[in-house]
Amino acid sequence: MQDKLKSIGKPSPKHDDLVKVSGRLNYAEDYSMPGMLYAKVLRSKYPAAKILSINTARAEALPGVKAVLTAKDVPYNNTITKFGQSKDVGGGFEALYRVLAEDKVRFTGEAVALVAAETLAQAEEAVKLIEVDYEPLPGVYNVEDAVQPDSYKVGEEDTNIIAHFKSHKGDVEKGFSEADVIVENTYRVPFVDHTYLEPESGTAWIDDQGVLTIRVSTQVIEHFRGVAKVLGLPENRVRVIGTMLGGGFGGKEDITVESFIALLAWKTGRPVKLTYTREESFLAHSKRHRYVMHYKIGAKKDGIITAIKAEILSDSGAYPYLSPWVLMYSTVCAAGPYSIDNVDVDCKSALTNNPFGSANRGFGSPQVNFACESIISELAEKIGITPLEIREKNCIRQGNVLAGGMKMDRYVALPDVGVQAWEAINEQPKLKPADESKKVGRGMAIGMMTYGRMTFLHDTSRSHIRVELDGSVTVRCGVPDLGGGQAASLCQIVAEELGVPLSKVRIYISDTALTPLAGTTTATRQLYMSGNATLKAARVLRERLLTRAAAELNVTAAELDIADEKIFVTAVPDRSLPLKQVILFCSGEGVELFHEAQFNAPFTDVPDLSNVQGQVHPDFTFGAHAAEVAVDTETGEVEVLNIVSCFDVGRVLNPLRCEGQMEGGSIYCMGYALTEEIILEDGITLNSSFTDYVIPTALDAPHVQSITLESKAGLGPYGAKGIGEPACNSIAPAIIDAIYDAVGVRIKDLPATPEKILAALKA
Amino acid sequence: METHQIELTVNGRRRSVNVKPNELLINVLRNDLHLTGTKYGCGIGECGACTVLLEGKPVLACLILAASANGATITTIEGIGAEKLDPVQEAFIDHGAIQCGFCTPGMVVTAKALLDENPQPTEAEIKDYIRGNVCRCTGYTGIIKAVQSCGCGGEHKKVTAKKQP
Repeated sequence: MQDKLKSIGKPSPKHDDLVKVSGRLNYAEDYSMPGMLYAKVLRSKYPAAKILSINTARAEALPGVKAVLTAKDVPYNNTITKFGQSKDVGGGFEALYRVLAEDKVRFTGEAVALVAAETLAQAEEAVKLIEVDYEPLPGVYNVEDAVQPDSYKVGEEDTNIIAHFKSHKGDVEKGFSEADVIVENTYRVPFVDHTYLEPESGTAWIDDQGVLTIRVSTQVIEHFRGVAKVLGLPENRVRVIGTMLGGGFGGKEDITVESFIALLAWKTGRPVKLTYTREESFLAHSKRHRYVMHYKIGAKKDGIITAIKAEILSDSGAYPYLSPWVLMYSTVCAAGPYSIDNVDVDCKSALTNNPFGSANRGFGSPQVNFACESIISELAEKIGITPLEIREKNCIRQGNVLAGGMKMDRYVALPDVGVQAWEAINEQPKLKPADESKKVGRGMAIGMMTYGRMTFLHDTSRSHIRVELDGSVTVRCGVPDLGGGQAASLCQIVAEELGVPLSKVRIYISDTALTPLAGTTTATRQLYMSGNATLKAARVLRERLLTRAAAELNVTAAELDIADEKIFVTAVPDRSLPLKQVILFCSGEGVELFHEAQFNAPFTDVPDLSNVQGQVHPDFTFGAHAAEVAVDTETGEVEVLNIVSCFDVGRVLNPLRCEGQMEGGSIYCMGYALTEEIILEDGITLNSSFTDYVIPTALDAPHVQSITLESKAGLGPYGAKGIGEPACNSIAPAIIDAIYDAVGVRIKDLPATPEKILAALKA
Repeated sequence: METHQIELTVNGRRRSVNVKPNELLINVLRNDLHLTGTKYGCGIGECGACTVLLEGKPVLACLILAASANGATITTIEGIGAEKLDPVQEAFIDHGAIQCGFCTPGMVVTAKALLDENPQPTEAEIKDYIRGNVCRCTGYTGIIKAVQSCGCGGEHKKVTAKKQP
């Protein structure tokens, strides 16, 4: 089949690349409207405090100010978070969404009041004139303290623990008693930021039908339902139009500016724009959770792992948001992609007065994969085998059962991905730095990560295709595009199935009123979900066209194929009809030239949270990273010299985009390994700028070699799997392993800063 | 606050704008001249998304007072490849150097400045020159390949699909 494909597998650029490279693409902040007001948010300067009073009189009196809103002005200030799931999940998975702080603030940067004014300068001035009388409260900033019964309570409940999931298999104590070697460690990972280049932005207005319309940079247009709830409006009176995003990485999965501008537009009747500053973006949006992870692992002398125990504590920060969901991913992935008989996983998430944790590329996997892969490498060394050997001996294979009880019926590219990554990095001669203080080392790690949402959310996606009379094609699908080519991949599928060039396919995305709802661009789900919905719709239309052509060509539809805008007899390609002619036959005879299809993921029930077993996710993507680093033993600085990323992506729909995810994902979490950390002092963020929060630059990033394996075993179109989030999953432990290989110290507390490495070298 | 009239030549066109003494060049470009290709990413000179050419040299529009640019010649992303794409823009498209695209205008302007100064930069020279332009999506591999491919007198090689093992 591969050779026959005309569009799939080809490195065609995205249709949006041309406007992006010319600076002509309008992002959310680039839109303006006549009569538009500018909004600003007053944010809490305390991480924990009681709000005694708010006086907005001086702000309201300022010329140009049109509205000042506080919690009392929000019709429904406390609602339940939804993330586009089609089913009420309950079980703690749907938690409080509070628009503006009331009674007490829970984190520094929490929104307290909103202003809309004629100019941005007036709005900024007005925010300063709002007087809030706070009574500071003690707060709790360390999640290990927050879980204690007598701790300060962040919310209104009598415990800070918001989720507690367990998963067991076999008997870990028996497993440890059978082990010849046991390793036990505590690993820590920090809060990190997404630092998409485009700060949060949106504009809201009331259209001529009275529909509250919000044009916003979001990964989840389905938040229109949440905004409707906040305002007490019917869902069909709120419309969200998603713009192309300037990056998301999970940070635009929660509601950002939507409710604020909706409330202000509703109150003033005027269009209202709100764009965060970079500093505000750092303070206002979610973080990847800080985790404390106790791991214990045991193995026989021959390297077979007998037991693994993981106790995981996640700092969910001030509000739950997606923390329970993230924790579920961690529960499933905590014991890694290994076949181990005795497993005990215990995961908790608790509130603190830190910034709130929620989705961030990897969604609970990079944290546990760092810990699990680190301890596996240390175990290998204690036994006296290589990091690759221990993985070859213990990794899951097709037919094995995961720690969480899911049987891997589909092809598992382990240990292949690890072998190929390790071989590729070792193909090149080890670089010898000129500087004697620098030592070079190599390391590797593997990983598994899911694609598609948790199956108990009952995920669906819809896509609509219409064939035009001139042979061009229009696709409508509510998919938000983060820049990964989420929309362009759908065009490739349509071009393939309907035999038209990519240039003849036009797509409209991300509009709750005009495009079929396709669900969130999160969970590495769009190619899988909306790709399948689009494929399903395209195949219905294809069948209709073939059926009509078959009558004309005196063959059955099964004998026909479609390519290069022709329908032809597969065995006799010269017997053909122009596609356009068949379209006109259909149109003249009333055959429907449009179709909307829905794809449903597998549906399961919410698992038993005291012992998570069975299917929780549709499928997994397996991958590996190998890294080569130079560590300066005098300064502790680490330079990453080389990265190899190897994944079974199922099927490469477009090598440019697939490798783009693998390259970008590697560097995204290279930052996690070495430099990135939200530095908090009692709930106050100390580094809310790019100078102080250090992400990799071109100077830091090595060349990333991508190796893609194509098992065609994925659940997506043409056997594709998802790659967006998995792409960052195993790089951090690979780099940490390489540092150990170079200088003999194992960093268990990310990021591996020069200070930590020097301290470890001196210890 | 009183305003002053300044003259700018932007993308070859003479423009006259009234600005406050503290107005930044990025705001004049975006809000007064509606050239929204120049992006706000940080506002304090840390990310490079607002890079424009001032008298042919790359500068950060968020750090420059508009009044101080009075009389200057400025090229924004809209002024590059306006008629026909510049080879560096084509190279960005062909090498998958664009994902979300938010850093792309600034990155293209910087790459253009580099290639104007140094038509055949080495990989190390490219990395050093673009280090102030942050990209969170691509990991820079595609961007560096794109700029490198332009390093032969404006010609660039088209990318080919990598061998699938």
